[in-house]
Amino acid sequence: MEREALQAAVCELDSTVSPLDANADRAAVIVEASALPAIVRRLRDQPQFAFAQLLDHVAVDWIDRGQFELIYQLYSFKHKHFLSVSVFVPREDPRVPTLCRVHPVAEWQEREVYDLFGVLYDDHPDLRRLFLEDDWVGFPLRKDYQDDFMLDRPR
Amino acid sequence: MTVEVSSLKELVEQASGDDRSPDTQEYFVNMGPQHPSTHGVLRLVLKLDGERVLRCIPVLGYIHRSIEKISEHMNYMNCVHLTDRMDYLSSIMNNWAVSKAVEEAAGIEVNSRIQTIRTIFAELERIQSHQLWWGVLGMDLGAFTPFLYGIRDREVLNDVMEETVGARLTMNYVLPGGLMADIHPNFVHRVKEFIKYFRPKLDEYDDLLTNNVIIQERLRNVGILSPQTAVQYGATGPVLRGSGVAFDLRKDHPYGVYDQADFEVPVGTIGDSWDRYWVRVEEMRQSMNIVEQLLDNIPPGDFLVKKLNSKIKIPEGRYYSQLETARGILGVFIVSDKKDEPYRMHYRSPNFNNLWCLEPMIKGDYIASLIGAMSSLDLVIPDIDR
Repeated sequence: MEREALQAAVCELDSTVSPLDANADRAAVIVEASALPAIVRRLRDQPQFAFAQLLDHVAVDWIDRGQFELIYQLYSFKHKHFLSVSVFVPREDPRVPTLCRVHPVAEWQEREVYDLFGVLYDDHPDLRRLFLEDDWVGFPLRKDYQDDFMLDRPR
Repeated sequence: MTVEVSSLKELVEQASGDDRSPDTQEYFVNMGPQHPSTHGVLRLVLKLDGERVLRCIPVLGYIHRSIEKISEHMNYMNCVHLTDRMDYLSSIMNNWAVSKAVEEAAGIEVNSRIQTIRTIFAELERIQSHQLWWGVLGMDLGAFTPFLYGIRDREVLNDVMEETVGARLTMNYVLPGGLMADIHPNFVHRVKEFIKYFRPKLDEYDDLLTNNVIIQERLRNVGILSPQTAVQYGATGPVLRGSGVAFDLRKDHPYGVYDQADFEVPVGTIGDSWDRYWVRVEEMRQSMNIVEQLLDNIPPGDFLVKKLNSKIKIPEGRYYSQLETARGILGVFIVSDKKDEPYRMHYRSPNFNNLWCLEPMIKGDYIASLIGAMSSLDLVIPDIDR
């Protein structure tokens, strides 16, 4: 499907889905955190979407707005189209349901985001730090992270 | 809904306390981080029952350099140089991925000479990466000669590339808006010589390793990865194609000048280690075909569209761009806030996602099979850790 058609079709799935208006180079939607696993499961199973692979999971720290944006990049081998699904969670209490049951690879992609941003994934089977040591303090990719070894201080 | 954060220690202690089997003792063994067949510093915690692998827990981060965090304090021209250090066997393709993302986002058009040279170099690099993998696979399975053969032929190719690029490992040749330098006057001639040299050598590879009964026994029906599992576990590149999914960005979403070249995408049948081996050996042949087709038709033009200063500014927004490296899809995700530094830079690295296929591949199999299966994944650890 073409970008606009795909975005419109995904938005019709549910009332919790809305288009993402920010300048993005592909079809992009915003989903409410609580509805995320159900929506992604439908995107995977419905033949007109067939988003079989979770290609990537990224978090962005929007510190000025007090939010984390969690971005899930989906790809369909059948239709060769992409979709980017965004979820906004508050910075003080970043919690979102896990996608492990829908896309197993989410288990490790989410562990990476937990490790570097401190986003908590509800019902995750094995939430541990991935790169850093288990007793590391703080979440380095947050914009306000500081430690004694940093050469380049956040401005 | 609950969230519990655990640690590796808890995981290991809890599991060993749960042992109620009457006849055998389950135990944990560390493989790595300095085990020679982990190709770097990957640590695997194996839960074993005798020689059978019950669980395989990869422990990462031994060479984590926080490239994503450093990138947030750098302009886009600087970011390119860091990417050489991720997948060091695909350094030009890593440069290209970032350059492609920046060019698409900033609206910079590059001419067809640049695209052709980039494509040729990417394919040459794919060959040298697979040469090293082929040698190391032989060594992992106990044969030392393939390693010498692989490195010998890789040296020949590295010399050819060094003449133009000036480096042998962290090549750093592609930048946003073009290339570091034009190709050396000898380049076309020497690449042709290399292909003439390497084609018979690749047949020799087949005699030495591919048709070797020991190698076949060690790889066939070992580490079977079904196409469904491969897709669900995020595999791309030769790992995905070995499982029979004919997906290659060069064919399905062509970039560079791949649409002008005629080549085939080798695909495996049942997804065992052998299929992944065969796919890579065949890819070397296809890469040589691509290079041969493009080599005589490098269009004239500049090697840099315009002299870009370091202050490239990208319009506000989210940009994702990807290409096929020797190991799979490398994606570059940029969030820009109109400054000359990225607000957030993320790399979707192929090895990070391919690594997790190891456990479903090897569960219930022997440790010896784990070595062969891991070798067939062709992991580069700095790319996982970033």
